[in-house]
Amino acid sequence: MTAYIIKRLIAMLVTLWLIITLTFFLMHSVPGSPFNEERATNETVQKNLEKFYHLDKPLIVQYGLYLKSVVTFDFGPSIKKSSQTVNDMLGRGFPVSFELGIVTLLVAVISGITLGMIAALRHNGIIDYAAMTIAVLGISIPNFVMATLLIQQVAVNWGILPVATWVSPKHMILPTLALATGPMAIIARLTRSSMLEVLTQDYIRTAKAKGLSPVKIVFKHALRNALLPVVTVLGSLAASILTGTFVIEKIFAIPGMGKYFVESINQRDYPVIMGTTVFYSAILIMLLFLVDIAYGILDPRIKLHKKEGS
Amino acid sequence: MEKVLEISDLHVSFKTYGGEVKAVRGVTFDLYKGEILAIVGESGCGKSVTAQSIMRLIPSPPGRITSGSVLFKGMDLTRLKEPKLRKIRGADISMIFQDPMTALNPTLTIGEQIIEGIMQHKPVTRQQAKKTALDMLDLVGIPNPLERLKHFPHQFSGGMRQRIVIAMALVCQPEVLIADEPTTALDVTIQAQILDLFKEIQKKTGVSIILITHDLGVVAQVANRVVVMYAGKIVEAGSRREIFYRPQHPYTKGLLNSVPRLDLEESELVPIAGSPPDLFSPPAGCPFVARCAYAMEVCDRAYPDKTHLSKEHHVDCWLQDERAIKMRVHVR
Repeated sequence: MTAYIIKRLIAMLVTLWLIITLTFFLMHSVPGSPFNEERATNETVQKNLEKFYHLDKPLIVQYGLYLKSVVTFDFGPSIKKSSQTVNDMLGRGFPVSFELGIVTLLVAVISGITLGMIAALRHNGIIDYAAMTIAVLGISIPNFVMATLLIQQVAVNWGILPVATWVSPKHMILPTLALATGPMAIIARLTRSSMLEVLTQDYIRTAKAKGLSPVKIVFKHALRNALLPVVTVLGSLAASILTGTFVIEKIFAIPGMGKYFVESINQRDYPVIMGTTVFYSAILIMLLFLVDIAYGILDPRIKLHKKEGS
Repeated sequence: MEKVLEISDLHVSFKTYGGEVKAVRGVTFDLYKGEILAIVGESGCGKSVTAQSIMRLIPSPPGRITSGSVLFKGMDLTRLKEPKLRKIRGADISMIFQDPMTALNPTLTIGEQIIEGIMQHKPVTRQQAKKTALDMLDLVGIPNPLERLKHFPHQFSGGMRQRIVIAMALVCQPEVLIADEPTTALDVTIQAQILDLFKEIQKKTGVSIILITHDLGVVAQVANRVVVMYAGKIVEAGSRREIFYRPQHPYTKGLLNSVPRLDLEESELVPIAGSPPDLFSPPAGCPFVARCAYAMEVCDRAYPDKTHLSKEHHVDCWLQDERAIKMRVHVR
């Protein structure tokens, strides 16, 4: 197990390095520079600026300098907002984005699994059809459409919840709902189909023959096995929630990382682009790693270490 | 002898898109205390459905017990409320299924799976339940049970898993054990071991066993009485001796003739030609008529009455009817 984790950690670092390298060179291949503005800048000023940000050096040297700063967890200053460092931005934006992401993930997982389970247990009943209709709608409606619909109906027409910003728990409801419907629908459908499959397994019949109650059969014997495929998609779902936050943060004017990310690309703010990308990638890689570990815990047949003998 | 289970006129149907499959059509038999009763017949004749219906374990829908009764200790299991039935399942009547590879939950340790059955029915602590589980694993011949309790099903071989399934079924000292093809998925040497285990357990615990199988070799080894099923009906029943030495139904004879024997040439193996009738619309007459070498006109028209040949031996066949001309069917 320890050997496996160490191996995975090394692989994760390599992945991260590849991402840094790719992003760095892609970013610099995009035409334009942070100092391209409508009003022409004084040539000496521009030269000095480029010198200050090491933009006058060959690309490969810049790349080396950047790697050095990443290793020390210093993502450098922002070019466009000279009073702020990228670390400041991450420190301010990430807690908000993290909150939105985690709450969304929890809502999606809990409601998705519940919905899928109920649908499976009431297979071909009215509840099943209702749940699956909701699920199909949830999958088909993109989150930004969902967000605008929710704002229009709940916030504007009914006036129950605030339209935007991120102040109190009340403000969290709409963005979370908008972001969670898609993943929830996916989880619900997956849980339903895998639950239905598990319920026909022989070991469920064995459990029934033992005289266990339906509640015990479902929660102890069926659910755990039914959740294995759900855990598998959890990694990629987390990724989609993470990227979904960009759009949702923009719509609801939430001061998360998404704002910095989108702005930085428009403004060619190189250090910010790099910083946010690396940071997001690191989180994503970490999540996928956790999913694999969880998988090994849920299913004893999956061995995370080397095969013994057979 | 004391009857522990009385099954009378049991009818079970399955609703499918193609129509209603009448899988079991009026099955009547008793199980006596301490006996091993074998139910034999080819695939699809209703053996397993009968067995699962006793404990109402057929998937429902689509399956449904349409009529008949299963009497156990004065209770009709076909009409019992589900919570009461759960108290009987696993405690008074246990079941062993065909495939030990899939009958155990892959994500729980076998200890947990055995202990939960005990805790479900007995007012014992976890420690006491564990002790019972250990004794039971020891009884079914699992070496090093204390260590093995912590293992998962995939860490056992097929034969070992079937022993665990048997241990699981026996932990509450049931009065009836229903074994649905318990040796079919195992290789021959393991089969013999498991059958010996059945006999041994029967002697030690006095449990009554219903053994479902299509393997007449298995029947010859362990059964006291034999029930032969065909197309959802019992066509012949009797003691092992009577069924093996004086089979009267042409189907029973066909089954016996199709068993390979060491003292016969390979060419003398006679399979029963044809296949069982479609149970969507079972024939009005004898269902075996199309495959029977001795079929008469009457066989096509009406189902024969039950003819008692001795106290235990009875057969549903026009050839044995009092009104039929006495004849002897050739048996090799």
